Formats: sequence, structure tokens, C-alpha cells
Amino acid sequence: MSKFALVTKGFVKDNPTFSLMLGMCPTLATTTSAINGMSMGLATAFVLILSNMAISAIARFVPDKVRIPSYIVVIATFVTLLQFLMQAYVPDIYETLGLFIPLIVVNCIVLGRAEAFANKNSVLDSALDGLGIGLGFTLSLTAIGIVREILGAGSIFGCKFVPGDGVLVFVLAPGAFMVLAYLLVIFRKYIAKNE
Amino acid sequence: MVICLGAITLVCSALLACVYSVTQEPIAAASEARTQKAIAEVTPPFDSLEDACTSDGTPYIIAKDKDGNAVAYVLNASSVGFGGKLSLMVGFKPDGTIVKTSVLSHSETPGLGAKCTDPAFSGQFDGFDTNTGVLSVRKDGGDVDAITASTITSRAYCKALQNATDAYRAIAASLVVEEPQDSLAVEISEESIEIKEGKDNE
Amino acid sequence: MEYILIIISAVFVNNILLSQFLGICPFLGVSNKLSTAAGMSAAVCFVITLSTLVTYLLQHYVLDPLGVGFLQTIAFILVIAALVQMVEIVLKKLSPSLYSALGIFLPLITTNCAVLGVALTVVTKEFTFGGEAHMLNLGESVVYAFATSLGFGLAMVLFAGLRETLALNNVPKAFKGIPVALLTASILAMAFMGFSGLV
Repeated sequence: MSKFALVTKGFVKDNPTFSLMLGMCPTLATTTSAINGMSMGLATAFVLILSNMAISAIARFVPDKVRIPSYIVVIATFVTLLQFLMQAYVPDIYETLGLFIPLIVVNCIVLGRAEAFANKNSVLDSALDGLGIGLGFTLSLTAIGIVREILGAGSIFGCKFVPGDGVLVFVLAPGAFMVLAYLLVIFRKYIAKNE
Repeated sequence: MVICLGAITLVCSALLACVYSVTQEPIAAASEARTQKAIAEVTPPFDSLEDACTSDGTPYIIAKDKDGNAVAYVLNASSVGFGGKLSLMVGFKPDGTIVKTSVLSHSETPGLGAKCTDPAFSGQFDGFDTNTGVLSVRKDGGDVDAITASTITSRAYCKALQNATDAYRAIAASLVVEEPQDSLAVEISEESIEIKEGKDNE
Repeated sequence: MEYILIIISAVFVNNILLSQFLGICPFLGVSNKLSTAAGMSAAVCFVITLSTLVTYLLQHYVLDPLGVGFLQTIAFILVIAALVQMVEIVLKKLSPSLYSALGIFLPLITTNCAVLGVALTVVTKEFTFGGEAHMLNLGESVVYAFATSLGFGLAMVLFAGLRETLALNNVPKAFKGIPVALLTASILAMAFMGFSGLV
């Protein structure tokens, strides 16, 4: 697989949200607006790239029996690192995303890529894979965030273009499930058409 | 096997300890900057700040102009909203009007109660005269327009401000009673009495 | 009284699945059959309550006194992983029948964000049950964790029941499987919104 394809496969074919259905908790919880969705996606991408690189570097030395715990420790380290950096430089976003930043540790995407890709590929390839999947995740979270923000608040990335309140339910919990369901249907239709 | 896991954990902990000690300073600076920003937001232009404390131990901040006259009193206020604690920072002019309010932290629902940070809601407290206005939502007979579908948050916001107002009144009263030795301070407090009394007679 | 408020709040008002979005993976993944959903809920209930107890003690008696709060995430996830392993071993020895019922779900629970989510929530968030905002004490934390997992179980079982009925219906091809399940969850979440403002 070419280096370029490694990155782009995460956008559609192996899209973590719509195709692999992984990491659903942040997908539903943090996409109340486009900017929140995008921040969450980028935060996950950061951890994914670093943990993929670190795991592909140490995979040879780790005995099989303690593989999973070791990977979790590595991932948790990068997540904590991310927490410090966000607290220091983007405290507002850190506050908004709250609990879901430490919960990147248990995001199935990160451990999933470590198991499925990073532990049998080179450091560079793993980094590119992390970048691709991370950007794919960011794209889908941003898309969901944009739809929910347009419908729920009448704005995109905080710029209001419809006066008054939107359809509030789209910003609330039921709207998260509903928007994800319809976007998933559209994604499936698109895939079916292109095959 | 155990050695390997132990080694990984050790390396990771060491790495984190390093990063922690490096980022501790920016984190503290960031939170300090936030407080400073909030203070600047809720006060008119000022020259210096002075920390003060009421007799029952509530801390507040006095913003002074370059002659040392108080231009605003800044208080923290909190109450319980829909999702949890709602804390605000409020600036009062010496005559008892609110300069501005700023939300320090909240855990309200995004899209509903979280709109309390929008100027559309919080803007109505800018220049709010606590001597004449009633700090509660219209539904409860007050002068505040509640956020759509978020009466609990709006009530909490008003309650926090009411608490702050009560605290401010206590401060204003204590400034009158104490009669500080400093002659300049006496002048200021006497001035403020006159202003207050003038208001009450209206 | 406060305990009753905690339970109502955690089970209905702030349901962990339908309003906090924690633990969605098993919610969508193992809710095809009522029996597996019930088994998963039981296992989650067990692990959440136990791990919250342990992580609460860890935070207040180890991490805080030593001043190593920055190891929180690592320590918690390791404790949860170890606890799940231990529960698995103990169950195998003591109650093979329970083990065979819950066994397959246990390894999955380590990466269930509901477990880590609840453990982190009780040591970081201030709660407002019955007035003043305060941190939960040990008893309240455990009750909160247990009630949260009850809420998890309630939503799981309701959802699995709906999906079993749904499977018999004719659904448009593009909606088959997850999309229609998500729409069902959306309606269920709307129903649970009716509880908001109760506590």
C-alpha cells in the first residue's frame, strides 16, 4: 500500500465512525457544535499518532502475555500528556470536552489500531496510519457537529446565520443519535453507489 | 514479562512526571490569566487591584483608579444550576449597579443552559441597577428574561447574582460603619454614603 | 434522602447511556438479544461498583497524599484492567455457572468507557444532590456508581427488548442494523428527557 493510500484510507473506506463504528461515545457526546467535534477529533488524532508510533517501536520487545496492559499504559501516558498540554494552552476547549479527554484511553479506535496495525508495521507507516484514521475521525466528528449545530443552533462554527433558536433537540441527546443514524444511512448509500 | 511491564510503566511515569513539572507553570499561568481576564471583563478601566476580605471571610477585590478611588468591587458568586455548580464573577460600581457578569465555570447542558454565557442572556445584567431592579426571572416577577427552555439555569444565575448583591451590600455597609483611620479612605466612604442615600430617597 | 436523590438522578435523569453517552459500544454491540444484554449489564454493574470503590480509595489514600495526581488516568485504567482480570479468576473458582454466564463479557469491560468514566467522575466532579455543591464521600460514591450501573442496565434491557421486536420488522436496506437501532435509541433518549428536572 502506498504511503498516500495509508493516510487516505481512513477518510472513507476505513472511516472509524461510519465504517468501523468505533469510538461511539465521544462521537455522540462531543459533537454538540462543529468546533467541539473538531477539537475532539484532533485530540484523538494526536494520541493516535503518538501511541501508534510508540507501540510500533516497542512491539518487538513486549511479551505477548502483557501486550494489552503495556499498550494501555502507553496510550494512557499520551492521553495524560495531552491533558496537561490542553490545560496549559487551550484551557477553554479542555473545559468544554471535560471528561471525554481522559476517556480517549478507552476509545476502541486507539487500542484497535495498536492491535490491528501498529504492532506489525514500521514506525513511519504506523504514524501515517494514525494520521489517516485520526483525520478520518476528525472529519466525521466535524460533519456530525456541523449538522447538529446548523439544525440545533442555526450557526456554523459559531457564526450565526439564522436568527433565534434552532431546533433544540438536535443539540440534546436524542438529536445526537438521530443525526448519526441519518448520516450513516447517507454514507452507506454513497458506498453502495460507488461499488 | 513482569519486568517488561514494570519497565514500561516506570518509563511512562517518569516521562509524565517530567512533562507535569514542565507544564505546571503554563497551567497555573493559564488559570491566572483566566481570572485576570474575567476581572478585566467585569470592571471599568482601572489602575490597580486590591484584595480585600469581609468580616465573615468572603474575599473580594477592589479595583481602583490612579487616585486610589474605588471604581468597582469584584465578587465571586455561585449557586446550583441544572447540571451542577454555576460560578460567576460580578463587578459592582460603588453605587450598586452591576458593571458586567462573567461565567467562570458551569456544567449546564450544551444548547440549553450553557447559553447563559451568551451575551443575549448575560448582557441584560450589564449596567443592571440592583437598587431598583429585581434579580429574578419574569416568571417569578423579576426583571430578567430567562433563557428559552432553561428556567432552572436562569434562576440559578439570578440567585448567584442576588447572593453577590447581598454580599456587596454588606461590604458597602461595613465600609460606612468601619470609619477607617486613613483620611482618604474616609472621604471615599463618606462619598459613597451620600450617593447611596441619594439613591434611596428617589 | 440524599441517597434516594442520587439513585433517581443516576438511573433516570442523568442516565449514563442516554444522556451522558458513556458505554455506547456495548449499548450498540451486544443489545441484539435480551439475554446477552442482561448478562452484560450484570457484569458491568459488578465491575463499575467495585472499581469505583477501589479507585476512590486509591485517589484519596494514595495519589492525593503522594502528590502524584498526574498518574490518575494511568492508575485508574490499570486498576480497572487488573480488577476485571481478578473478577474473572475469582468467579471461575467460586461460581463457575455465573462465570459462564458473564465470562465472555468481562474482557470487554476494560475498554467500556462507562467504567473509567464513572471512576473519574466521582473523584473530579462536584455534585449538587440536595442543595450545596460538594464532592461525594465514599458511601455516596459507591451508591452513585451502583445506581449508574442500574441505569445502564435499565437502558440496555429496554433497548434490547425494542431491538428484538425491531428485528422482525421490514426495515429499508440502508437503515438495517445500526442506523435503525440509533433511531430507536434517539426515541428512547427523548423518553428519558421527560425525567429531566426531576431532581
